Amino acid sequence: MSLLEISDLRKSFRAREGETQTVLDVPSFSLKTGQQRALRGASGTGKTTLLNCIAGILSPTSGIVRLDGHDLATASESQRDALRARCIGYIFQTFNLLQGYTCMENVLLGMSFGRGPDTDAARGLLDRVGLNHRLHHRPGQLSVGQQQRVAVARALANQPLLVLADEPTGNLDPRNAHEALQLIREVCEETNAALLIVSHDPMVLDQFDDCQDLAELNHAAQEVSA
Amino acid sequence: MTWWMILRNSLCQHALSTGVTALSISLATGLLMSIVTLEKESMKSFTTINSGYDAVMGSRGSELSLVLFSVFHMDKAPGTLPSEEYEYLKGPANKRYIKRAVPIVVGDNFRNFRIVGTTREFFEVAYQSARKHELITPGRMFEETVQEAVIGNHVARKLGLRVGDTFQPYHGLVEGGEKHETDYLVVGILKPSNTPADHVIWIPLKGALNMPGHRVAAATDISAILIQFTAPTLGAEFAEKVNKGTRDKTVAMIAPTVTRFFLRFEWLGVLLSGMAVLVALVGAGGILASLYNTMNERRREIAILRALGARRGTVFSTILLESTMITVLGVIIGFAFYFSFVAIAAYYITQASGVVINPLQFNWVMVYAPMVIVALGTLAGILPAIKAYRTDVASNLIPQS
Repeated sequence: MSLLEISDLRKSFRAREGETQTVLDVPSFSLKTGQQRALRGASGTGKTTLLNCIAGILSPTSGIVRLDGHDLATASESQRDALRARCIGYIFQTFNLLQGYTCMENVLLGMSFGRGPDTDAARGLLDRVGLNHRLHHRPGQLSVGQQQRVAVARALANQPLLVLADEPTGNLDPRNAHEALQLIREVCEETNAALLIVSHDPMVLDQFDDCQDLAELNHAAQEVSA
Repeated sequence: MTWWMILRNSLCQHALSTGVTALSISLATGLLMSIVTLEKESMKSFTTINSGYDAVMGSRGSELSLVLFSVFHMDKAPGTLPSEEYEYLKGPANKRYIKRAVPIVVGDNFRNFRIVGTTREFFEVAYQSARKHELITPGRMFEETVQEAVIGNHVARKLGLRVGDTFQPYHGLVEGGEKHETDYLVVGILKPSNTPADHVIWIPLKGALNMPGHRVAAATDISAILIQFTAPTLGAEFAEKVNKGTRDKTVAMIAPTVTRFFLRFEWLGVLLSGMAVLVALVGAGGILASLYNTMNERRREIAILRALGARRGTVFSTILLESTMITVLGVIIGFAFYFSFVAIAAYYITQASGVVINPLQFNWVMVYAPMVIVALGTLAGILPAIKAYRTDVASNLIPQS
């Protein structure tokens, strides 16, 4: 059985002129436990919207997004929040670390709304990403590569079933990008978490055997490009 | 732990606005509690101090002046009474009303402390419950006919006078008058009574009347007569009889006169309390404004927390808790202000009148004022909390340039 199943997913937004604009139209998509898949997508192909719908941050206009047996499309907002905290780790292109908090606190906050804060586990995660000497540093005191590692540690804080990564190497130089990608893949393998990564960087996409073009997947993107 | 982490972080990040807002809340809390406590405690202290007497008789004039002058040693005497009045008061005609009458003579000072002439009987009366004035050993009460003095505890401490010391009085109630060339021997020092008696130099009535330098014609005049009635109802009847039946005398009931005096200034307490409430409202408004303004810069932080799984309710509660915490912080500092305000005020009241106010005395305002102010501060957080509650996650996850 798939961990993530999407069918007839549509997401539309009301434009300022009052017209409805559909940015996502995915007839079918699935991901198994432990599977790692990359989605190739240029800007405007709806990749962030897709990830936000999977994460329950956005509610689909129609269709089904079933994660670990729960339909996010029909779940209430608080149910989606709880499911996101428990099952999903999200790595953002801009890392989205909380600037006023230390590395340790960022990871602890990642745990807070899921399994609950666990200082030892947080320390272990930061150790795993090679930041055991930076526990009490704030993001502003870290290099960009180190910040990405904190974001990875935070995404894994709740032992998620699914890790979503939105252009995770977009802000990194090639060396750091390679290292970050390796790290994400390794820790997902270690925890048997499924990984869904969206990127337009060939260096990233070349490393995945399972790579799919988002433009093919998202019919709304096809209409725009046509 | 999570709430505490978010709260601590937010308060530290906005330390300046948190500090200023908490300070205005603390001032409001301190002022409000101080005003109410000082009003209540000073009224309680002043109305319970009567030196053990029910009323005072003096020359026709203001009842308040008469009470302040003879009980609190503060004002000037409206005039004098011939000594016959004292004899008449103690005579058989008034036996039904008068249990005890003690004359006092005031008109001299020593280094700004009043010298009051009276009889030893004054000290036989319990000034509070069963407590009577006592002397520190070694020491004794003055003799009725010689130039001896018993001094109040505060006077002894301030002037460094001891048993065996002598002093020469000055004419008038404040320093600067003519010096009486006669030595008074200190024979006793009163134990602290926390009453105006501590601020007075007590000498025998005859010693005061016969002091060299006083007018011979006025040598038998007395300033006032302190009265204990046989029964409270008879006291009121006697006072009415004197006040309506004569033109040259006034009988002032001590406790009602002081109460009337305080009630006359009740509006001032209301006005000051109103001002403190306004300060509290300004403080609450400050919380609202500063939190509401920070919501714009905290939109991304809120969106990240939501992306991590925080529910809308959690975000709402956190902001509400933050406003509550700022208010609680202000209230805690407010207690420090309160104790400082009341202690300073109590010190000056004691210095001026001898009346002691306990700054640590429990008062219900210390419970309800903080509760109302904390509730006000929490309410001030509702609008910013609603703004945080409504923060859109997806659009605010993207960095805003």
